[in-house]
Amino acid sequence: MTVYIGANNIVSPLGFTTKENFGALLQGKTGVKQQYFSFSDTAFWCSKIEPKDIEQYFDVVSKGNAYTQLEKMCILSIRDVVQQSGIDFKNKENLLILSTTKGNIDVLEGAYKNIDENRAYLPVFAKAVGDYFECINTPLLVSNACISGLLAIIIGKRLIESGNYKNVIVCGADKISEFVLSGFKSFNALSEAPCKPFDKNRVGINLGEAAASIVLSAEKIGTVKLSSGSSANDANHISGPSRNGDGLFQAISNTFVDSKIKTVDFISAHGTATEFNDEMESIAFTRAGLQQALLNSIKGYYGHTLGAAGVLESIIAVQSMLSDTLICSAGFEQTGTSRELNIIKHTEKKTINSCLKTASGFGGCNAAALFEKI
Amino acid sequence: MEDLIETLKKQVIEQLNLAEIRPEDIDPAAPLFGEGLGLDSIDALELIVLLEKHYGIKLNDPKEAKEIFASLQSMSNYILNNKK
Amino acid sequence: MNSIISSYCKIKNNAIWINGKELVIDAKEVDLTIFLTGLYRQINMNYPKFFKMDNLCKLGMLAAELAIRNSVGFDKLEKDKIAITLSNNASSLDTDRNHLKTIIDKIQYFPSPAIFVYTLPNIVIGEVAIKHKFAGENAFFVSEEFDAELIHNYVSILLNNNDTTAVIGGWVNVDGNEYDAFVYCAEKSNFNLDKEEYKQIHSAEAIRQLYN
Repeated sequence: MTVYIGANNIVSPLGFTTKENFGALLQGKTGVKQQYFSFSDTAFWCSKIEPKDIEQYFDVVSKGNAYTQLEKMCILSIRDVVQQSGIDFKNKENLLILSTTKGNIDVLEGAYKNIDENRAYLPVFAKAVGDYFECINTPLLVSNACISGLLAIIIGKRLIESGNYKNVIVCGADKISEFVLSGFKSFNALSEAPCKPFDKNRVGINLGEAAASIVLSAEKIGTVKLSSGSSANDANHISGPSRNGDGLFQAISNTFVDSKIKTVDFISAHGTATEFNDEMESIAFTRAGLQQALLNSIKGYYGHTLGAAGVLESIIAVQSMLSDTLICSAGFEQTGTSRELNIIKHTEKKTINSCLKTASGFGGCNAAALFEKI
Repeated sequence: MEDLIETLKKQVIEQLNLAEIRPEDIDPAAPLFGEGLGLDSIDALELIVLLEKHYGIKLNDPKEAKEIFASLQSMSNYILNNKK
Repeated sequence: MNSIISSYCKIKNNAIWINGKELVIDAKEVDLTIFLTGLYRQINMNYPKFFKMDNLCKLGMLAAELAIRNSVGFDKLEKDKIAITLSNNASSLDTDRNHLKTIIDKIQYFPSPAIFVYTLPNIVIGEVAIKHKFAGENAFFVSEEFDAELIHNYVSILLNNNDTTAVIGGWVNVDGNEYDAFVYCAEKSNFNLDKEEYKQIHSAEAIRQLYN
């Protein structure tokens, strides 16, 4: 059974629609900037949405302070997709899947005066967003570290294929918080400059925040399909990626098992710009025979948006396919992995009929999905 | 120096949750990583936190860590030389 | 192809049930960490990394260990094809609160990587995968309550896929001193229910009954 890709939206510092976001990438704009936070004297390089922008857009949608900032981002993103697609969550055939790592964790940091602390529980967050759209089916919430978004898309496809639902909207979202910044800092994983995925001088990640939503459907609503997808675990270490790329290699291999094609025109990689992650990816792609495929990481524009990343990056990959445009892998200058990859150095036109999207994360998890033009 | 090593043993066990290891099991000259205590990359980061928390020493270059955390002996030498 | 539940372990209210039989525990404990450590010693797990884990992982590891030990032939399956999918209500909030404690005081500000790494619910999947070398599919769901339909549905979807021959599925929840785990092994099988081993048809109803 074929699962088609439909309407989509990105809420990020680069815009509140997919069109604005993709347009910004074509112009080489980045959301990553030096940002100051009330809890720290030093600045962090990250891709943060101006709160006043969220408020301004949300004011049109709903008045009052009943929602957290993350919920507002999700509602804005899903609402755009609902309006484009006409999908009605009051219909049993339609499901909302949310993917996030930390949800409303900022509630516990005392970010809101009028919102109850129980909003930090992910099912309560899911209910708040689901209730806005009067969902008849309880939204499904996936929280699987940095593969959450891509895994949620794969799960959505499986639920459609097994006949559970006709349409699924997957919304991935995470917000920058002191919680996450302090944790990644303690891991020595933050870059003190714009991140440089796969580059020789990469020193770590930039964090980012975004909400991104995409329609998956059993109906032929578009010209790109989600052909297959898979996940796998390194079974090696909870924070360090496998040295030989085992889990990612297995996820990629399983993704191609039933596929007619054995290579792709383009890979949208995870590329966090940490030393070990990017090295691991270069090994896995090479083992999978994909080292010739053109590849980018768009973390240089958005930072690492955690639970949103897999959805956001899939949307940009699909836009690349639809417009036959390869997006430059921002921050890359010189090969910095033991296996040389074919990294996109300039944004340019090229026919793209197939794309592999991958992600890897804490807990040893990896995911891969194959998108193809029909 | 002896006292510092004994204190360090207890702090390392506590900070790294080495519940089944007693202070007397740790040889101050033996390598902390690799075989022996079975420490990993997260433990290395935790030792950086330990230095800051208990001794006020901020490790600015993580590359130094390998040498400093080679053994309890090297760790205590580093603390004595850098303590504020 | 049918699928079966080949074993399960339930840890709830200071009691442990494995394949319908209660495991008598040495000491009743009110403190969750002490209770879990006691159980770890009682079943001779011998896995020093256990002490580094947060309570969610400790609970999940113990329940998975007991389910796997009491299934027949699970260890002979191809490990690359064993998936793990778990769910809960509180995600990693128990450890999230501990991480917040390390950053609340701006003078005593010592975020700990060893705590932060456990602020994701799927780390328990990773820990089980590492211990047992299960390298298959993963998914962690967060739902309001134990959802037998969701668990059964997704485990069945995985088992219908060629990449998966067996699944560790269930629910592992920790929220302060409240805890609750139900972990089971499911396999593809043209089973024979006459066998003496513990086995039953994999269905949402069966999962609900075993959990309650």
